[in-house]
Amino acid sequence: MEQPPYLYPDYVGTRLRAPKEPLIILPKTLSDVTGPVYGHHRPGELDNDLTRQHEGEPQGQKIIVHGRVLDGDGRPVRNTLVEIWQANAAGRYRHKVDQHPAPIDPNFSGAGRTLTDDDGYYRFVTIKPGAYPWQNHYNAWRPAHIHFSLFGRAFRSRLVTQMYFPGDPLFYQDPIFNSVRDEKARERMISTFDLDATIPEEALGFRFDIVLEGRYATPFERPHA
Amino acid sequence: MTEEKVQKLRLTPSQTVGPYLSLGLLREDWSELVSPDHPQAIRIEGTLYDGAGDPVTDGLVEIWQAAPSGRYDHPTDDREELPLEEGFHGFGRSGTVEEGRFSFVTLKPGPVPGPEGTTQAPHIMVAVFARGLLKQLITRIYFEDEAEANAGDPVLRSIADERMRNTLIARKEGGNRYRFDIRLQGEGQTAFFKLSE
Repeated sequence: MEQPPYLYPDYVGTRLRAPKEPLIILPKTLSDVTGPVYGHHRPGELDNDLTRQHEGEPQGQKIIVHGRVLDGDGRPVRNTLVEIWQANAAGRYRHKVDQHPAPIDPNFSGAGRTLTDDDGYYRFVTIKPGAYPWQNHYNAWRPAHIHFSLFGRAFRSRLVTQMYFPGDPLFYQDPIFNSVRDEKARERMISTFDLDATIPEEALGFRFDIVLEGRYATPFERPHA
Repeated sequence: MTEEKVQKLRLTPSQTVGPYLSLGLLREDWSELVSPDHPQAIRIEGTLYDGAGDPVTDGLVEIWQAAPSGRYDHPTDDREELPLEEGFHGFGRSGTVEEGRFSFVTLKPGPVPGPEGTTQAPHIMVAVFARGLLKQLITRIYFEDEAEANAGDPVLRSIADERMRNTLIARKEGGNRYRFDIRLQGEGQTAFFKLSE
């Protein structure tokens, strides 16, 4: 299974939310091979630098997260909106629901966005997020991760995923990471350390390439004059 | 590189948005696709429920639809003879933070082409995200006051179970308001789709 199932009981949250009725096959039509195009909501200049959104510098280790967004045929997905959100260095989200007693960082909101360029390339400057406990099972901790949201070219290529960090000791006990049953597929969610992207004396680089569903044949025939 | 040598890449797996999705995804209100003052504006309201019947307060509903002419504001839809509504892009996003409720102000879409020469009734594509959903759920909003078009719609016709089919119909609540609740699981579960390859 390359994509996770809806019902994965080890992840307790799926138990009351996974649909039980079988999914209905939806034929490919214009409705799903088209999708939102983002000319009209340009991200702000500093939206891709999460370390410069406040007066002071956030706590923690500065990192560069970058990569390419490609379709299944290896073609760049251009000008698509990439949105991210994450915990701070102590593993705390700046969100009223997060009651983890780790400190809030007044200089870190934990949200960013950018558009891919003509090569499908994106880049964020941020802080390495901390692991944090959650109450899914005894002594449950989420591996460090950054949430990613991508649109791609069409409604059917829409993807929300999480980027993980190489060598995280918490993978084996995390049901969200392990809901993807195929080991090779799980590895595609793990970024790679990137010395070339690392900035001397300043920030570690991590590379995370993302592959979305690909190009689409014209789903309807139209008469030509 | 020739087409034959293109190597298929494997897709990146999906993961849940988690409970803090509003940090990244709700920084701007995109729930009004047109001004509420637009003479043709309609309002679609609903609540997202889980399998216990409780409202889901950490979810997100996104919609994508054609303009009233039936054309999508997207380069793949090149039917230039059909007008696009000025400033209308067809995409909306609403969080369900407030007691599981979502709402959109939009325009009613027109009919769009379906498979094999058929015509699809006016409908809106819907994606649901939430904690506990490892990948988004896909459904559709059809309109109660489009009975004739709905009767000929190839997707609705493919659903034999009348109860499931009816979960896709937004109910008219007077004026320009429609209600469309989404039930993830349990009695009255909404019909969800799997996109064909």
